[in-house]
Amino acid sequence: MSDAPLKDPPPAGGAAEAEPPPGRVRKPIGWSMISILALVLVSAGLVWRRDGAEGVVEILSHDLSLFGGILPRVLAGCLLGAFIAEILPHEKVSRSLGPKSGLKGLLIGTAFGAILPGGPFTAYPVAAALLTVGADFGATIAMVVSWTLIGYGRAVAWELPIMGTEFTLWRIVISLPLPVLAGALGRFVYARVYPNGAPE
Amino acid sequence: MSAALLIDILLWGSVAGVGFIAWRRGRSVLVSSLREGSLEFAGIMPRIAIGVVGSGYIAAVIPQEIITGWLGPDSGWLGVLTAVIAGAATPGGPVVGFSIGAVALKAGGGPPQVIAYVVAWALFAFQRVILWEIPFMPARFVWFRAAVSVPFPFLAAAIAMAIGKP
Repeated sequence: MSDAPLKDPPPAGGAAEAEPPPGRVRKPIGWSMISILALVLVSAGLVWRRDGAEGVVEILSHDLSLFGGILPRVLAGCLLGAFIAEILPHEKVSRSLGPKSGLKGLLIGTAFGAILPGGPFTAYPVAAALLTVGADFGATIAMVVSWTLIGYGRAVAWELPIMGTEFTLWRIVISLPLPVLAGALGRFVYARVYPNGAPE
Repeated sequence: MSAALLIDILLWGSVAGVGFIAWRRGRSVLVSSLREGSLEFAGIMPRIAIGVVGSGYIAAVIPQEIITGWLGPDSGWLGVLTAVIAGAATPGGPVVGFSIGAVALKAGGGPPQVIAYVVAWALFAFQRVILWEIPFMPARFVWFRAAVSVPFPFLAAAIAMAIGKP
């Protein structure tokens, strides 16, 4: 009876656009990852030529167990970043850490990076969250550089016992101005590379 | 092991803390940030996998003597330059980086060169950049951050030379 040609059912009221991908989720593999992958494959080939298949498998199994170990921390870092992006008031962040926040914004970024607890699995998701809620490159650079250079976690846990107190203290004193300078340089260069604001 | 446990407690404690704040703002805030965070996690996993599983191979083909041999005494600005490159090329975590620095100091490496090495390692260590910074941050930010950081190990060495410390 029903010999009407069965056409594709019409899309239910613009459902095609039902779920636009949220801005924070990027393509999983970009050019940076492709070049890293190439570097990895070349290195694995060199290891294979030098140590044979056992060498390749040994590194692989060690790194796979490492990967399994850090996954929960990565998840925690992602959740931390998402919560912070959600609960921080955007207009306040862009006022105190945005492009017009001046020296004060760089100092806030530096202080934030210095006191941030945890490791890279907290620092980078939180830094990415700050970027999405209105911090500019300059303040975020100050935060990341401050975390790597004057963050207390690594200094207390590793640098003091290995390098000694005198070296560590002087190294930190010398590093104190660097995050603000790096952030200021970042801001200065950014304004000249992208005079009309961020691309995209 | 207790340090790792402490880190995990601190980390999940912070997650619970900000999650609680989000929940107080309303269920939808909590749900949407959980969803956002999980999507981010799913998107980042392949990058972390390539970084973690791959960087072991890169580390395995970098000859150690390239790193330790470069931090010689009385090497001046050339020594600082090589220290910066060595810092960026040092594989592994903080134990490796600081141990190489400590060995260089004991072997008579100049303190400014070792300062430059440690600062460059903190700023550019390739495994941290590959493993953590590139997966989590927009690629444009990472290259930008690395580029504007280039002068600072040299500046740190210059300050160390000027004040004659450590």
